[in-house]
Amino acid sequence: MATNVELSRSTPIADVAPRLSVLEEIVGFVRKKPLGAAGGLIIVVMLAAAIFAGALTPYDPYQADYGVQFARPNADHWFGTDEFGRDVLTRILYGARIALFVGFTASMTGCTLGGLLGVTSAYAGGKVDLLMERLMDVLLAFPQLILALAVASILGPAVENVVIAVAIPIIPRAARVVRATALSVKENVYVEAVSALGASRRRVVLQHILPNVVAPYIIMVTAQLGGAILAEAALSYLGLGAAEPTPSWGLMLSGSASAYAEKAPWIALFPGIAISLAVFGFNLFGDSLRDALDPKLRGR
Amino acid sequence: MRTYITKRLLLIVPTLFGVAALVFVIMRVIPGDVTLLILGGDQAGRIDPAQIAAMKHQLGLDQPLLVQFGTWLWGVLRFDFGTSLWTGQPVIEELLIRLPLSLELALLASMVSVVIAIPLGMLAAVRQDSWVDYVVRVVSIGGLAIPSFWIGILCILLLVIYFGWGPPLEFTPPWVDPWANFQQMVWPVVTVGYRYAAVTTRMTRSTVLEVLREDYIRTAWAKGLRERVVVVRHALKNAMLPVITLIGTEFAFLIGGLVVTETVFTLNGVGRFVVDAVAHRDYPVVQALVFLIAFSFVIVNLLVDLTYAWFDPRIRYR
Repeated sequence: MATNVELSRSTPIADVAPRLSVLEEIVGFVRKKPLGAAGGLIIVVMLAAAIFAGALTPYDPYQADYGVQFARPNADHWFGTDEFGRDVLTRILYGARIALFVGFTASMTGCTLGGLLGVTSAYAGGKVDLLMERLMDVLLAFPQLILALAVASILGPAVENVVIAVAIPIIPRAARVVRATALSVKENVYVEAVSALGASRRRVVLQHILPNVVAPYIIMVTAQLGGAILAEAALSYLGLGAAEPTPSWGLMLSGSASAYAEKAPWIALFPGIAISLAVFGFNLFGDSLRDALDPKLRGR
Repeated sequence: MRTYITKRLLLIVPTLFGVAALVFVIMRVIPGDVTLLILGGDQAGRIDPAQIAAMKHQLGLDQPLLVQFGTWLWGVLRFDFGTSLWTGQPVIEELLIRLPLSLELALLASMVSVVIAIPLGMLAAVRQDSWVDYVVRVVSIGGLAIPSFWIGILCILLLVIYFGWGPPLEFTPPWVDPWANFQQMVWPVVTVGYRYAAVTTRMTRSTVLEVLREDYIRTAWAKGLRERVVVVRHALKNAMLPVITLIGTEFAFLIGGLVVTETVFTLNGVGRFVVDAVAHRDYPVVQALVFLIAFSFVIVNLLVDLTYAWFDPRIRYR
């Protein structure tokens, strides 16, 4: 018995690759994936903006101040003010909360539901699989905008409701990817082995299939994040997402921004930069993460 | 091959039926009554109930829902999509007014995308990890990140400020006045084309990268062929399949999915038509358009899968 313990302790990995400190790992990532690191930095800045918005700015994102309408960018208002005299920078900082909230909840909900459907579909096989696949086809072929319109008219335009509209189209995509992975995992000999040993269905799925689809799941969640933020912006721009006076980046660009664009171009300029940077950061980071986690998809 | 096509065609039926049923249910669940909207909008409370009932009967909305759905499906099978509840015109005629604009926009944007994306993606792949590659990747990831409606707003802003440009009120087809048409379409095409080119560039880059690692590429190099021949003849040709897939599905999406761009540039296209129809609760129009959008999506997907087999004889479908 003692030798066994000795053997398991002196695994070759422990000798060859010494444990890296967190700092060293980050430095390594920056060296190997400079673009991914840049994306990560953008995400960190955005998270900080969202968390500390209240401390970073002396202004209120909702309170109109009619004394300083359409102020040009200056020392007091770095990004200028809008038609109600609200500080544009303040609204962008608070807007990061909405973008992150919708991005995370929508892509997590969509990928989780899709992932569960994908695993079920792959494991059950047969008629269940066929039916699920057709359902996913229907969802894929259905125009997202009509769904968003329907959600907005039934539940009203609000940030929480736009999550539903953004999450639904993610479901079939996630289901496809996870189903394909689960199908190949299911074919592995060890799954057959545990089934032969008498493991229950639930045990096989929970203990042996689910852990193996975690990597594609994480890749899907990060890959969909940028798109979800973009979708929220587009829907809010069309008036189907967040409602005034919510400081949603897309909403800040709608209506008044283009109406006053000539007089006060900063109202239309900065929220657009915020959306682009945020989505850019998430896409860069997601790409690098996918490269790191899935060698098959390298470079895509 | 024939059994494969038959099987795929048969699978289209349940998908389209599902889409049809879903849009029918959604339109009936949305609050708001088309008869009230037609008769008087906000003053709905003061309208004579008899008048409402008469209007409902006239539009066929007093029949049971299943009957309405059945009638509509039967019409679709005979390519009759009904008439708009608002204008009384056949839906197809209303659609044909908007389709040329949407088709032209989608076609031009695809062309822009192909012309820019394929050379750029190829270049980035061949010079992987060089500065060219980094620039192409940053520009293309940027294209995915920048909201197209924002580019549109900026375009209009610059045009209005520097050129005194005003958005056109009516679409001029290219066969009527090519120059007026060009002036109208160039900015929307640039806006849509950039995002589209970004997606295509990324796909081209990654597939060319994959193909460049294949054995036959090494053979081509070993034969002493010039770089241009290896890259264009051997690599690009074989890397085109996923790119064709992408261009196909994007094209299908562009025809009905450009609501935001059409809104920014005040274009009267198919995308806006759907949105307006939902706002008016114009059931036949929404149902027809969603059905046709889904139909083109499914058909393009099928065609794309078939091109795979056509281009790559190794692929055999069961």
